[in-house]
Amino acid sequence: MTKKPTLDAKIPEGAIDEKWTKHKFNMKLVNPANKRKHDVIVVGSGLAGASAAASLGELGYNVKCFCIQDSPRRAHSVAAQGGINAAKNYQNDGDSVHRLFYDTVKGGDFRSREANVHRLAEVSNSIIDQCVAQGVPFAREYGGTLSNRSFGGAQVSRTFYARGQTGQQLLLGAYGSLMRQVDEGTVEMFPRREMLDLVVVDGKARGIIVRNLVSGELEEYAADAVLLCTGGYSTVFYLSTNAVNCNPTAAWRCYKKGAHFANPCFTQIHPTCIPRFGETQSKLTLMSESLRNDGRVWVPKRKGDDRKPIDIPEAERDYYLETKYPAFGNLVPRDIASRNAEDVCKQGRGVGPTGYAVYLDFAEAINRLGKDVIASRYGNLFAMYHEITGDDPYETPMMIYPAPHYTMGGLWVDYNLMTTIEGLFALGEANFSDHGANRLGASALMQGLADGYFVIPYTLGNYLATEKPAPVNTNAPEFTEARKQVSQNIKDLMNIKGKTTADEIHRQLGDIMIDKVGMSRSEAGLKEALEKIPEIRKKFYEDLCIPGDASDYNKELEKAARVADFLELGELMARDALERKESCGGHFRVESQDEEGEAKRDDENFCHGAVWKYNGEGKEPERLIEELHYEHVLPSNRSYK
Amino acid sequence: MKVNLKIWRQAGPDAPGKLVDYTVENVDPSQSFLEMLDSLNEQLVKKGEVPVAFESDCREGICGNCGLVINGIAHGEKGGCTTCEIRMRQYKEGDTITVEPFRAKAFPLIKDLVVNRSAFDRIMSKGGYVAVNAGSAQDANSQLIHRDLAEEAMDAAACIGCGACVAACPNASASLFVGAKISQFTWLPQGQIERSTRAKKMVTQMDSEGFGDCSNHAECEAVCPKEISIANISRMRREFTKSLFARN
Repeated sequence: MTKKPTLDAKIPEGAIDEKWTKHKFNMKLVNPANKRKHDVIVVGSGLAGASAAASLGELGYNVKCFCIQDSPRRAHSVAAQGGINAAKNYQNDGDSVHRLFYDTVKGGDFRSREANVHRLAEVSNSIIDQCVAQGVPFAREYGGTLSNRSFGGAQVSRTFYARGQTGQQLLLGAYGSLMRQVDEGTVEMFPRREMLDLVVVDGKARGIIVRNLVSGELEEYAADAVLLCTGGYSTVFYLSTNAVNCNPTAAWRCYKKGAHFANPCFTQIHPTCIPRFGETQSKLTLMSESLRNDGRVWVPKRKGDDRKPIDIPEAERDYYLETKYPAFGNLVPRDIASRNAEDVCKQGRGVGPTGYAVYLDFAEAINRLGKDVIASRYGNLFAMYHEITGDDPYETPMMIYPAPHYTMGGLWVDYNLMTTIEGLFALGEANFSDHGANRLGASALMQGLADGYFVIPYTLGNYLATEKPAPVNTNAPEFTEARKQVSQNIKDLMNIKGKTTADEIHRQLGDIMIDKVGMSRSEAGLKEALEKIPEIRKKFYEDLCIPGDASDYNKELEKAARVADFLELGELMARDALERKESCGGHFRVESQDEEGEAKRDDENFCHGAVWKYNGEGKEPERLIEELHYEHVLPSNRSYK
Repeated sequence: MKVNLKIWRQAGPDAPGKLVDYTVENVDPSQSFLEMLDSLNEQLVKKGEVPVAFESDCREGICGNCGLVINGIAHGEKGGCTTCEIRMRQYKEGDTITVEPFRAKAFPLIKDLVVNRSAFDRIMSKGGYVAVNAGSAQDANSQLIHRDLAEEAMDAAACIGCGACVAACPNASASLFVGAKISQFTWLPQGQIERSTRAKKMVTQMDSEGFGDCSNHAECEAVCPKEISIANISRMRREFTKSLFARN
C-alpha cells in the first residue's frame, strides 16, 4: 500500500488486550463536583442512547435526551429478536474474549478496526452482568443459570436471549435506568423532537436544533457535547425491516456540518423476510433465520412456471443453495443466501405475485420429523407467517425474500467514538467502527450497549476534562444562523405545493436502491443509479406535496424532510459502492468474484475504511481513507462450498 | 375490495371532533390495517387535504406505538395483536369500520387518532427499574434464578406500553400496565430491595395521573396484545397493601 492514511483513529499504544485498560487509566477524569456543570445532549433513546444518557446521568452530568417517538421505550432497538452476544464462556465450549474478537473481525470480512472490536469483546461480559442486575428476564436453565444458544452460525453458544424479544427486554432495562435518572433530575427527556441540525461553534459541536413534532416549533439546545445515537439508514431502501420512522436525518445533517461518513455502502440484507405483496406495502417483516435449519430453499427450474408449488414435481425444482454449496446448503451466510435469491428471481424463476420470492419448504422436514417437532421448533413463526400472508406453512411452502436490515456504515468515529467534529460523538448503529463490512447475528445489541454503558462514560469525560469547553448558550449567532437555515428549508419544502407525495418519491428511490445498490452491485448499475437519483431529487423539489401547516403535527412534513436526506445519502451510497471495486461482506461487486462466483476481496487496494467528506452543496464529496491493519486476525478468505 | 371508514377527526386538543366518512377502494387483503390507512392518506394528500394523523413505528407488534379503537375495541376485534398486526383479509367487501383514538383522561388527545401517553413514562420513572448504576453489577451467574420465576417475570415484562388496557377499561385504569411492571420485579431477586417502595410510588403516581381504579372488568386482559394476565393486578394490590405496613 502506498496510500497514506489521512484519518487518525487515535488507537492507544500497547498490546491489543491492554489498550482499553491502559487508555482508561490515561484518560483524564472530570471531578465529581464538576460533572453537573457539564450539559450533554443525547439524541436518540435506543440501546445506545438510553444506556448512554442513563450512565452519564448516574455519573452526575446534566443530560438532555431527545427522541422522535412519544416515549423513549419505543426506539427501534425494541424490535431486535435474536439475542446478545458475550464472551462469558458459561457453556465451557471454548469461548473467550479473544474468540469473540476473532469471530467479529473475521465476520466483518476484515473491514473493521481491530482495537475497537477487541474492546467490544472485552466489555461484552459487563453488559450481561449489568442487564441481569437490572432485572432483564433472560432465558434460564433448570438449575437457575443463564441459558445460551448458538446464533448465526457461531461455533460456540454465546448468545443470551429473552424469548424472541431480547431487544425489547434490553431496551426496557436501559429505559428503566433512564427514567430513574429523569426522576433524579440528572436527565431531562424531550420526546417527540426531531433533530434537524447540529450547531457548531468554534469548530466544536455545541448544540442542536430540533423540531417539536407536536407544535411544529423549532427549539434550540446548547451543550458541551452532543452524542448521536440515532441508528442506521436501512429505510433509504424504503422497504426494510426497520421501523417506518427510522431515518438518517440527524446523522446526515451532521455530515453536512463536517462529520465524515464512513463506508455508506456497507449494508446488510437479511435473507429470511416475508416478501412484499404489492405497491402499498410499508415495511418488511423479518423471520428468524433459524427457519433455514429445517426449511429447504427452492424455485422452479423453468422460467415463469406458475403452477402451485405442490404441483411442481421434484425433478423440476431447483434447490439452488444445496446444489451450489453442498457443504453448507441452506445454511450459507446471510449475504450469500440473499444474493442467490435475487439471482434466481432476476432470471425469471422467482415465485409469488411479484416474482420476487423463493420457496422455503418444510415438507421434507415434516415428513422426516413429524408435524409436532416442527411445530415445537417454529410454531410461533409459522403462526406469524400464516397471519401475515394467509398461507399455512404446514400445507404449502413459505415464501421468503431478502430485506435490508442493518447498516454497518455510519458516521466515522475514532477510538473514543468522536466524529471528525470535536465534541460530536456517534454511538451504536449510527457509527461505523465495529462491524466492518458485515455484522454477525446478536452483535448489534452488544455494540449499542457497549458504547453507551461502558465506553462513552470514559471517553466523554476525557474530552470534557481535556477541552474544557467555554460556556455557550443559544443566543450565540451560530444558533440563530442554524435555526434560520432549518426554518428556511422547511418553508421551501412546504412551498413546493406539487402533486407527488413524499412516500411516492421514497418508493421510487427505494426501487433504484434495492435494484442497483442492493445485494449485488455492478459498475453499470451504480452509474445508472447515480444518474437516476438526481432525476428523482429534481422531481422531489419540483413536485412535492405537503398538505397542512408546518406549525402543527404534520407527518407528511416529517417524511418529506427525511426523504430529502435519503435522496442525498442514497447517492453517496452508490458513489461509495462504485469506488470500492472489490467484494467484501455485504458489499458484492459483480466485477470482483472468483471463478466460482464467490466474493473476491482486494486487500491490496481496499483494506481501508472509505471516509467521505462533505464539500458543500453541488460539489463532489471527497473520499478519504482510514487504513486498516490486521495484526491479530490475519485476513483469510471465506469458503462455504 | 372496498371498505367504508368512519374515522375520528379532531384538529387539536381543544378543537371539536367528529366521525368523518371515507371510502378506500382497491384494498388488498394482504395489506395491514395501517397500510390501508396509508392508502387513504395518500389519496387525501394527493387531493391536498390534511391526512388522518395516527401513530405507528415498528409495524410488527413490539414498539407499542400504534393503537386505535376499531369498531369499539382497542386494537380491533381479533384480539391478541396490536393494530399494526391486523390484516385486511379479516374484513369483507363493503364493511364499515369505525376508527377512534385510545380515549382516557390521562391520555390527552393531540390530533385525530394521536394521544399523549407520557403518563406511562412518569409512572415508570417512579420505580419501573432496579436501581443499579452501570459498572456496579456482579457476575450474571452469581445469583441463580429458578427458571419458572424467570418465565413468570418474562410474561409480565412482555408489556409493550401501548395503553390498550387503559382505553378498554371503563374506569380508564392503568392497573394492568402498572401491575405487570411491579410483578416482573416481584418475581425476581433483583427486585426485592425496592419491592415495597416501588409498589407504593408507582401506584401513587398512577393515581395522581388521573387513571381510574380497577373494578375487575377484565377488559384490559381481553384487549392486551401480549395477553398479559389480570393476575398481575391482584399482585399489584397485594404488593401495595403490604407496602403500607413495610418499613421502607
